[in-house]
Amino acid sequence: MSETAFKPLGRNGMAARAALDIPEGWYVNLGIGIPTLIADHIPAEREVIIHSENGVLGVGPAQEAHRPNPWLVNASTHRVTIRPGGAFVDHADSFAMVRGGHLDLCVLGGFQVAENGDLANWAHSATEAGRQIGGAMDLAVGAKRVWVVMEHNTKDGAPRILKHCAYPLTAARCVSRVYTSLAVLDVTERGFIVVDIIPGLSFEELQARSEATLHRA
Amino acid sequence: MIDKFVRSMAEAMNGIRDGSTILIPGFGEVGQPNALLEGLIEQGATNLTLVVNSAGRVLPPGAPPNGHVARLIDAGRVKKVITSFVRANSTAGAWVKAGKLEAEVIPQGTLAERIRAAGAGVPAFFTPTGANTLVAEGKEVREYNGRPCILELALPGDVALIEAWSADRWGNLVFRDSARNFNPIMAMAGRLTIVQTAHVVDLGQIPANEVITPGIFVDRILRVPANEPVLPGQGSNS
Repeated sequence: MSETAFKPLGRNGMAARAALDIPEGWYVNLGIGIPTLIADHIPAEREVIIHSENGVLGVGPAQEAHRPNPWLVNASTHRVTIRPGGAFVDHADSFAMVRGGHLDLCVLGGFQVAENGDLANWAHSATEAGRQIGGAMDLAVGAKRVWVVMEHNTKDGAPRILKHCAYPLTAARCVSRVYTSLAVLDVTERGFIVVDIIPGLSFEELQARSEATLHRA
Repeated sequence: MIDKFVRSMAEAMNGIRDGSTILIPGFGEVGQPNALLEGLIEQGATNLTLVVNSAGRVLPPGAPPNGHVARLIDAGRVKKVITSFVRANSTAGAWVKAGKLEAEVIPQGTLAERIRAAGAGVPAFFTPTGANTLVAEGKEVREYNGRPCILELALPGDVALIEAWSADRWGNLVFRDSARNFNPIMAMAGRLTIVQTAHVVDLGQIPANEVITPGIFVDRILRVPANEPVLPGQGSNS
């Protein structure tokens, strides 16, 4: 099979693509890693309210160097600002926003997504010494919509778009859309439906990089 | 006259026993009561269970423990952590791997809700968070609203160590920005709630509409110098 020329999206490219689909008025939690970058790609005039699980609703841009405030950080412990209209809450109220179904969207990083919407994004095995769950399980279960942003394949070229997740689950049947370095995929009753492919890559070439069967829109 | 201020760290730490469960707020050390943790290290109680969002930062190989939680673990004073993060390359991760520290790693919202429930007199609750995952192992499952939910137990502390921005003598508290995080719910869930505060104000100076934690949840208050929180990557070892 001859390969056509194509250029996978980088971290900012994926973030920018996902940002296109977030409308004004949504309350959104952005997970650690690539999802955090999405905030930089939402135009300032589009009022999207960013929630950070450490108790900040209405997260604004990064702090200016000459006006540091070490008491105001986001979930990645980056120093951020709060927008006019924002609110600080305690951790129980912050997770009430998450678990009570009040967020329109959360965008998470991922290791693997299965065609039934299962997500694995916190561990590579059941026995590793480090365990980092954080807020991912609460977000995956609680938000009205869960999108995942991730590289389409691992560094070794293994697929992450799978029939079944091999890694420990974050939550079952929670993902509705995946933004990868190669495509945008909807998770539906039929499985993965391809919404968008980057220029220069064919449907068949995308399928070859995915374990799960892909369907045309 | 009610006056919950204590005059010394020794008085603040008085009576904390071996085997206690200690509630420690903070998110990346923002809102973490480091002066009181320093006092706990001095005080000497051991065989502790720590309830803390993160069990400590990633360490370069060979580096000394970074942060107060890591120092307590490294001093052999902790038998168990209940947390949402144990990083593999941290003091806690190394102790877990060596079989010298028990770790109960749970979703952050479940951690917060278990603490809130303890403070509110709710002994247990069902939640869909963690269903169908490793977190559900050994837990009762029931279906509500068509979703599997797992039984989670309230998580009270023998002691809560709290970082406030401002306090009055009744124990009314306000917090600064995102340093609020686990502080109000841990203050509610501690059988003995000890506060460090950067600022002291007269009764009534915190308007009743703006009190975040009312004094009923507070037992002791110690005034400490206002120190900026230390964030990961800033390299403080204290």
